[in-house]
Amino acid sequence: MRVNFTVNGRQQEADDVWEGESLLYVLRERMGLPGSKNACEQGECGSCTVRLDGVPVCSCLVAAGQVEGREVVTVEGLADYAKQRAEHGGCATGTCGTSLDAAKSWEARPLDGQAGEQGELSPIQQAFIDAGAVQCGFCTPGLLVAADELLERNAEPSDADIREALSGNLCRCTGYEKILDAVRLAAARQEEAV
Amino acid sequence: MAQHPQVATAPAGTPTNLSQGSKTKGGIGESTLRPDGTLKVTGEFAYSSDMWHEDMLWGHTLRSTVAHAEIKSIDIGEAVAMPGVYAVLTYDDLPTEVKNYGLEIQDTPVLAHGKVRHHGEPVALVAADHPETARRAAAKIKIEYAELPLITDEASATAPGAILVHEGRDDHHIGHVPHPNIVHRQPIVRGNADEAAARADVVVKGEYTFGMQDQAFLGPESGLAVPSEDGGVELYVATQWLHSDLRQIAPVLGLPEEKVRMTLSGVGGAFGGREDLSMQIHACLLALRTGKPVKIVYNRFESFFGHVHRHPAKLHYEHGATKDGKLTHLKCRIVLDGGAYASASPAVVGNASSLSVGPYVVDDVDIEAIALYTNNPPCGAMRGFGAVQACFAYEAQMDKLAAKLGMDPVEFRQLNAMEQGTIMPTGQPVDSPAPVAELLRRVKAMPLPPEQQWLAAGEEADVRALPGGLSNTTHGEGVVRGIGYAVGIKNVGFSEGFDDYSTARVRMEVVGGEPVATVHTAMAEVGQGGVTVHAQIARTELGVTQVTIHPADTQVGSAGSTSASRQTYVTGGAVKHTCEKVREKVLELGRRKFGSYHPAWATAELLLEGGKVVTDGGEVLADLVDVLEGDAVDLELEWRHRPTEAFDLVTGQGHGHVQYSFAAHRAVVEVDTELGLVKVIELACAQDVGKALNPLSVVGQIQGGTTQGLGVAVMEEIIVDPKTAKVLNPSFTDYLIPTILDTPTIPVDVLELADDHAPYGLRGIGEAPTLSSTPAVLAAIRNATGLELNRTPVRPEHLTGT
Ligand code: FES
Ligand code: FES
Repeated sequence: MRVNFTVNGRQQEADDVWEGESLLYVLRERMGLPGSKNACEQGECGSCTVRLDGVPVCSCLVAAGQVEGREVVTVEGLADYAKQRAEHGGCATGTCGTSLDAAKSWEARPLDGQAGEQGELSPIQQAFIDAGAVQCGFCTPGLLVAADELLERNAEPSDADIREALSGNLCRCTGYEKILDAVRLAAARQEEAV
Repeated sequence: MAQHPQVATAPAGTPTNLSQGSKTKGGIGESTLRPDGTLKVTGEFAYSSDMWHEDMLWGHTLRSTVAHAEIKSIDIGEAVAMPGVYAVLTYDDLPTEVKNYGLEIQDTPVLAHGKVRHHGEPVALVAADHPETARRAAAKIKIEYAELPLITDEASATAPGAILVHEGRDDHHIGHVPHPNIVHRQPIVRGNADEAAARADVVVKGEYTFGMQDQAFLGPESGLAVPSEDGGVELYVATQWLHSDLRQIAPVLGLPEEKVRMTLSGVGGAFGGREDLSMQIHACLLALRTGKPVKIVYNRFESFFGHVHRHPAKLHYEHGATKDGKLTHLKCRIVLDGGAYASASPAVVGNASSLSVGPYVVDDVDIEAIALYTNNPPCGAMRGFGAVQACFAYEAQMDKLAAKLGMDPVEFRQLNAMEQGTIMPTGQPVDSPAPVAELLRRVKAMPLPPEQQWLAAGEEADVRALPGGLSNTTHGEGVVRGIGYAVGIKNVGFSEGFDDYSTARVRMEVVGGEPVATVHTAMAEVGQGGVTVHAQIARTELGVTQVTIHPADTQVGSAGSTSASRQTYVTGGAVKHTCEKVREKVLELGRRKFGSYHPAWATAELLLEGGKVVTDGGEVLADLVDVLEGDAVDLELEWRHRPTEAFDLVTGQGHGHVQYSFAAHRAVVEVDTELGLVKVIELACAQDVGKALNPLSVVGQIQGGTTQGLGVAVMEEIIVDPKTAKVLNPSFTDYLIPTILDTPTIPVDVLELADDHAPYGLRGIGEAPTLSSTPAVLAAIRNATGLELNRTPVRPEHLTGT
């Protein structure tokens, strides 16, 4: 089958997709976007987390056919997504979350090369580096997408909020403490910037 | 469309484009940020499962569904006939007489021949144009098995007439093991444990069971093999030791080592689980057979069969102590289940026995450790390597003794703590700082977390802070707190006479008007941060800002394994050593070019600092740019730590270890005694790291190691059905690793007592925290519940007696 959808603001078309192929497989193996990781392919680890119409999902559990006509943001598009959010006022109150409409109306500037070449990172990406929250980094893309969505919903999350929001993302290397630090750091910087 | 990580020309997918590294500042002792951090947060860092080639095929492995059986027949007809299938390989297709591999003993078949010895053993391979086609084709292969009796434990392994897991063994351990189903046996006898026992006022005995833990690294076993024009193969793969893989791969393929070119691709964690080969040979065989690039990526289910696990163990311990609290003796027997193939079992036995006493002074010991061959899943290296199981047992014993003597458990440990100069049970003196009592003091001195944190003043209980969490199983009734302590000792580096060395190539030249150092090693960066530290070392030694880390590959000499907490010590040592020699050459060059301008060139102690040659008095003699202009200094050198020796096979005596590292933990838990649910509230750690080359990474390593120890204490275990020897829980649904909700805050107190024998005084750090966190959590749960608890992991039924 053929699937048409938007990835990181760019219209994409995938041909000859098998019935059983997951969104994760299509992103990684057909779109050339291997940033979303394949650690369990069972919905247990969160490494493959992307936003589908603004909502964080395990892309390994989404059948490719389900994304027809929809909007996907992966870690590769995170910096741009965060930037656009900041430019459009984002969510400063900590209560608004992402409405489906708001998510749908979001449009990324299409990237020509791979993400990151522009050298700009989203606050959460920078915070992960600065806090030492990245070791092997395999969990990182999924955690970043989940943490970014948390900060969009809740600008001042408590530790318990952070733990709850990231409880679906396994990390085997860090012991999570520095991941908590990173989210706190990004929240604090966001606060400062307002 | 964005580009795939293509490997045809440049390995853009490999974690090698670390040019960002050059922008990161910082010498040793600074919390320099990872050079690969930006790539990792943008999704560009290409792990082994991200490798991609335009015209590649997908490989898939067919694995045995039974644990022990003769293979009667294999019918690949239907599989080969499927459209999209390019090759189906079995044992008969192996190209040479070398059909087995192994780290120390070559007993592991590339593909099963004649029989299978464990559930999940690879039997056949398929290459197809889509991973699903490959899987479906594999499912069409028909295998007829005739099942054999199972060897699953010590009793069945050594029973009279027991079937041998490996008939006709001819490895070098067979001469000293009491039974061919025992891989290796290491006794340690020192003093006279029987006589010393007579002096004991109290004696405690215990039998402990340590469950089978999985490394559960998140990046699945995977890689890409690309056939090359000269008949060789390029392999992009995640591993812990490129050269060890190469040594095992090339003979099976019938290729000289130069024709198997390996490049490290991004490694998503390792923890010992990538020391053994997984898909390496399989991908190469398929690539060479089909003439096309072949990618293999295990899914999580397969990953549980694709690597060796931590040895489950039974430990029998007897300690005695005098009434004033001095340990008199230790008698212990440690039985490790090595599973169907040897892997690292012999070395694990050496570690378990030589570290079975723990960081305590006991002069009279009678110790025996063995590893069995069984039909259970093969076990080998995992963080802590044999020392973990022993620590679980001896720390439980320390608490039992303290309780029997009516002493404080920490004071009792401190009273018996080893220190610099203590003689190990192997007769080897501990010749660097051993701050065991101090680490315990520090961890005890940390402030305790407040009681009943689920209650904020006047508000309803926050269930998220309670055992059971969001499942809302309690509001605090039936919840009791417990506190427990533990401390452990781990050896650093490869032991028992192993020629443990590493190689570094360092080049210095002027690029774009700036002095640049390039560091090339074959070190596997598995997430631990070695690449960061290498750049820090080069900056410190060579006085430059710009350091490029060259891709890790087999074009440079071996770096040894990224394991045994050795990589910063040994490859870091090699980088330091090579930088020092490069510095000498640079100074020679300077002397030749500018020596006549200033007498200090000949007389003073010269340093490289801030891109300049300076005297030890701080006088600038030249810019490195001017010294290096038109020249490059390039050296590749090996570096070794001081030698070790084998343990005597009868007495266990021998200077077998290079260095020790020590960590202590205090665990605070809350247990819902009604449902048997445990919440670990805090897991504080104090560790001596000798010298923290990168404090941020050091703390990250300690917290990560602590969490893996927490996992095995309360949730992690591969469950093997004792009746069928089949793995019952190969998924993240059923094999649980700690989530962020299961992991408490982990305050870390880092001590830096330099080891004069090591580069910069550093001490290996990665493993020690994994040792003591498990027994600390167990001690805290015992403290909360009053239960004996002698196995890991503790499950609700052990706490509620159901
Ligand atoms: S890969 Fe999708 S949740 Fe693990
Ligand atoms: S950093 Fe390795 S899994 Fe999280």
